[in-house]
Amino acid sequence: MSLQDKQPMVGLVDEQAGPLSISEYERHGGYTAALQALSQKTPIEVIELVKEAGLRGRGGAGFPTGLKWSFAQGEPATPGYKYMVCNGDEMEPGTFKDRYLIEFNPHLLIEGMILGSFAIQAEKAYVFLRGEYFDAYSALDEAIKEAKAKNYLGKGIFGTDVNLDLRIHSSGGRYICGEETALLNALEGKRAQPRSKPPFPPASGAWGRPTIVNNVETFCNVPGILRNGAQWYKDLGLTEDAGTKLYGISGRVNKPGLWELPMGTPIREIVDEHAGGMQNGFKLRGILPGGASTDFLVEEHFDLPMDYATIQNAGSRMGTGTMILMDDSICPVDLSRNLQHFFAQESCGFCTPCREGLPWVEQLLAKIENGEGEEGDLELLDQNALYIGAPGNTFCLHATGAIEPLQSALKYFREDFEYHIKNKTCPYKKKQVNH
Amino acid sequence: MTEELLVANLSDEEIAEIESEISHLPDRESAAIDALMIVQRHRGWISDESLQAIARLLDMSAAKLDGIATFYNLIFRRPVGRNVVMICDSVSCYIMKAESLIEKVQEKLGIQMGETTEDDRFTLLPIVCLGACDRAPTMQINEELIGPIEPDQLDEIFARFT
Repeated sequence: MSLQDKQPMVGLVDEQAGPLSISEYERHGGYTAALQALSQKTPIEVIELVKEAGLRGRGGAGFPTGLKWSFAQGEPATPGYKYMVCNGDEMEPGTFKDRYLIEFNPHLLIEGMILGSFAIQAEKAYVFLRGEYFDAYSALDEAIKEAKAKNYLGKGIFGTDVNLDLRIHSSGGRYICGEETALLNALEGKRAQPRSKPPFPPASGAWGRPTIVNNVETFCNVPGILRNGAQWYKDLGLTEDAGTKLYGISGRVNKPGLWELPMGTPIREIVDEHAGGMQNGFKLRGILPGGASTDFLVEEHFDLPMDYATIQNAGSRMGTGTMILMDDSICPVDLSRNLQHFFAQESCGFCTPCREGLPWVEQLLAKIENGEGEEGDLELLDQNALYIGAPGNTFCLHATGAIEPLQSALKYFREDFEYHIKNKTCPYKKKQVNH
Repeated sequence: MTEELLVANLSDEEIAEIESEISHLPDRESAAIDALMIVQRHRGWISDESLQAIARLLDMSAAKLDGIATFYNLIFRRPVGRNVVMICDSVSCYIMKAESLIEKVQEKLGIQMGETTEDDRFTLLPIVCLGACDRAPTMQINEELIGPIEPDQLDEIFARFT
């Protein structure tokens, strides 16, 4: 079994060499999946295969990809009256996997998008890319040019009657653009405010047309499935979830980084073996398993496998799979304040609980951190977590996501919050040393 | 002063780039963000005059375009220096002591977040997670991502941007 079969996304990557060129990519079987699918399979067959493989969305929500595609399947009323969109607006704090995939393996993303566009019969596709990702933009722009020159993009691609125009939209910046319907508004040149749902994008998306939005990593899983089959893909995972996953770790570890590992790799293995364990003098206290908008996991969870179902059962979400490690030198109250500052700032401002509630929570946390907390403040935070976070009070899940790390910090690190209020001081500030 | 005089003329190059974007879109207004980014690439920021000229080119109101321009943090409605320094203040960099890095940068450049040095060399802005958390703490200067940063490297880093 070649490295590429075990690590279908990054197995071929040589970081020193830069982005994988089209010739290197093709030398290892790149674009054969697209050629075969477009000339020998029907769009429905591609959707069925992706369904059977059990691929779930890698952007955070974990929605089954084949099922999502099936919502927009079939011949459009007017040719080309559909859009395929790649969400490359990676702004979830602690997440750095999509940048890596685009910078080093852009043709894998393009091939995945060709297959997805063929599956839903879209003739126009967009990559919505973070405005700050200049290196990723150059790598992808160059790769698109290479693919066009080979007639893998454009009219009559791969010698078939399939057309696909793929373009990059460079974002003006804002976290909320990562929300699927806000992203579509941004793509249309508008303010990136989330839309009321329904209708969902597969029925009415970009410019009112059927649209499917998938994450970068999700698309990058598709060529392997088409090339090696659903069973191969299912067998890659260690647990009931299929495939491989780009896991990442940031924080006080010896080797922070990113690794493509079997889905369901235990958290402790990723931390200790791949990230080289905690730095000397630092003890791991809590993990945000999939970005800033996921609930904390603590010691009792560290032996769990990182997959969708297990982490959900533990009260959190696997999210993006890029873990943020909180060590024992970090004050959970101040870290919560940092997180809520982010969410308050990045609220689009449309719905009241999110616009008004999140800044209020941030101020309350700052007050407690600064030793000005009062009796009753924790109960106020608990209440706000309940009301602001309740889905259904807002158009999108921004506020819900914001509350996830807060409610779990209040649960697992409650003694820290209580200490701040009782002693009117932050105990972490005193013992802080320069590292 | 008549409205005509307030509206700066966009260059032929800017107009050509914006029209090229429009040609791929269902309507002119859809190019709003692209057009703002194009003009900013040429002029560094979006002045009121630029805003009105773009709005006119896109057949939309300047007020609506301003609503879009002010929504996005990478579109500057105030002048910026020759180099824009953006320091990540999100959680992974926070854990790796971004707050003390921010203090040192402010001290070094003699300006606070949101300000520009008197010689117009640097503008300092906060930024959310730059997606390079394995390299925390990070900053981006213009198009270049830098990290991890030790405070004693700051002089050397800033010296590269004149």
